[in-house]
Amino acid sequence: MGELRLMKGNEAIAEAAIRAGCDGYFGYPITPQSEVMEYLMAEKPFERTGMVVLQAESETASINMLYGGAGTGKMVLTSSSSPGISLMQEGISYLAGAELPAVIVNIVRGGPGLGTIQPSQADYFQAVKGGGHGDYHSLVYAPASVQEMCDHVKLAFDKAFEYRTPVMILSDGAIGQMMEKVVLFDQVPRRTDEEIIKQCPWASNGRPKTRNHNIITSLDLDPAGQERVNLKLQAKYREMEKNEVMYEEIMCEDADYLFVAFGLSARICQKSTDLARAKGIKVGLFRPITLFPFPAIQVSNVGNRVKGILVVEMNAGQMIEDVKLSVGCKVKIEHFGRFGGIIPSPDEVVKALEQKIIGG
Amino acid sequence: MEEQFAKTEIRKPENIVYKKTDLMVDRPLSYCPGCGHGTAHRMLMEVLEEMDIADKTIGVSPVGCSVLAYDFLNIDMLGAAHGRAPALATAIKRLWPNHFVFTYQGDGDLAAIGTAETIHACNRGENITIIFINNGIYGMTGGQMAPTTLPGMRSSTSPYGRDVATMGHPLKITELISHLPGVYYVTRQAVHTPNHVRKTKKAIRKALELQKENKGLCFIEIVSNCNSGWKMTPVQSNKWMEENMFPFYQLGDIKVDGKLIELPKTS
Ligand SMILES: Cc1ncc(C[n+]2csc(CCOP(=O)(O)OP(=O)(O)O)c2C)c(N)n1
Ligand code: SF4
Ligand SMILES: [Mg+2]
Repeated sequence: MGELRLMKGNEAIAEAAIRAGCDGYFGYPITPQSEVMEYLMAEKPFERTGMVVLQAESETASINMLYGGAGTGKMVLTSSSSPGISLMQEGISYLAGAELPAVIVNIVRGGPGLGTIQPSQADYFQAVKGGGHGDYHSLVYAPASVQEMCDHVKLAFDKAFEYRTPVMILSDGAIGQMMEKVVLFDQVPRRTDEEIIKQCPWASNGRPKTRNHNIITSLDLDPAGQERVNLKLQAKYREMEKNEVMYEEIMCEDADYLFVAFGLSARICQKSTDLARAKGIKVGLFRPITLFPFPAIQVSNVGNRVKGILVVEMNAGQMIEDVKLSVGCKVKIEHFGRFGGIIPSPDEVVKALEQKIIGG
Repeated sequence: MEEQFAKTEIRKPENIVYKKTDLMVDRPLSYCPGCGHGTAHRMLMEVLEEMDIADKTIGVSPVGCSVLAYDFLNIDMLGAAHGRAPALATAIKRLWPNHFVFTYQGDGDLAAIGTAETIHACNRGENITIIFINNGIYGMTGGQMAPTTLPGMRSSTSPYGRDVATMGHPLKITELISHLPGVYYVTRQAVHTPNHVRKTKKAIRKALELQKENKGLCFIEIVSNCNSGWKMTPVQSNKWMEENMFPFYQLGDIKVDGKLIELPKTS
């Protein structure tokens, strides 16, 4: 077993990045995720593993630093919170278009605008439906614990390189700030430059006389060429849908009703499930772990066995659209959400289930 | 037959006095005839060839007329989003500290949308080389006003001439960044005559030599023409450039060995 520690979610992200063999972190401070860079600067990974840590002048700069590093085959990470992630959208679109591996962490806070610094899940649409311009998706993980904050970083890097795609970890201010025990995986050595050159023959890191020059770009002025790029990306997304879906089912076997929730909302619903069952209401919880690809078939299988579904989100109803598309219209599906940085209580969620689904 | 004879004769190595560098890809440039971009590309590639560092060089191209520079330069390249080349170059150099890293950017790219990235890369003293092509206009998008457009100069978005009262003054970003301690070498050159071409090439060589020594950021502005955007013939545009651009953007070194050079007063 790995090393056991009590850590904040944001710190777990940072420590996991060092241990995963990350080559560079580029970021700009914003609450509630500033601990990621603070931890890294204090931890001096440049001495521990040789990892570069740089405070950029803006999120626009950080995401483009990611693009630069990723284009040379290096393993790069940034983290931010909602307004900063909005600024990064052009860059994320470029990463997707140029097929570059990079990991972006969004510790979501309430919006729109400057909003609040309290936790929220209101960036679901932005994360899952593309976010920037053009037809693309990032692979999106939604951790629900500090342990998953740690584990998803390693997973995200693996998948970013496997698919040559931007991967987003969509968390929120509560998971970022809360402390839990976490089992840290062992240090993975950083790849040597020679290993990178071998692993990433597409990367622009200096052309030896033995090969043609590599070009990292998302531009193809020829519409036929650009359509080919798009078809390639779409084929990649279909592969992800086939192979990368992750989800969790809790007490779904005998359930009459179902909560569907991700991230922090799923943690709350876990308690709500216990409370409801104590009252004699047989409810289960379905938790998507990947938000793109969405576990459409899996939620449909469970969802079509129950009498009603309550989708619980800390937003005004975003993932519910994907739940409805997946489950169809034979089952009643309602939404319960708090927003603007308010975390719903487990009791509130049970009450909403009783009012909107059971009584409604 | 005579032609064939001439060819073999000329191709003897001892007869070659000049040859296009192999670091320029053998394909037609996308630039308007008479444009300075192509010459600037060639100078850069000749220096890489002479220093024999092509395999250790990573270039970053901008969004602008030179967006396709990566198609012409036979080295590993990355195409940046508009204005962000210095951010890419920062990360690349930090992650590959033994490589040579340069950006190649236009005035809209470097001095408008990318001002923040430019200034902060300079201020951090990144060990990169920035090649800045100042043609006083947005060439690629069809001749709109640039941050460097001269007062009174016409463009498609300043059709009656740049009115500094409402459109702002031309930005001398090169002088601006020269004051930053992270910047080691700053020079302003041109590529419209053989003499200027030679000086530009020397400057590029110097910048890359300094990069090897990790001296800090080196910044080379090349004042260049945009005959299409300026709506002139190539010959007219070069004359106009000498008469109008050079008095405002004076050629020569601005900072050498980390020390500012006293320049004569500009008009
Ligand atoms: C975010 C964004 N905004 C605007 C553009 C459109 N655009 C492309 S090139 C350009 C100006 C380029 O001018 P400059 O940098 O001076 O280069 P030149 O073509 O003159 O060499 C603009 C505005 C873009 N591609 N991306
Ligand atoms: S539009 Fe201007 S800058 Fe662009 S290629 Fe033509 S002359 Fe050169
Ligand atoms: Mg220009």
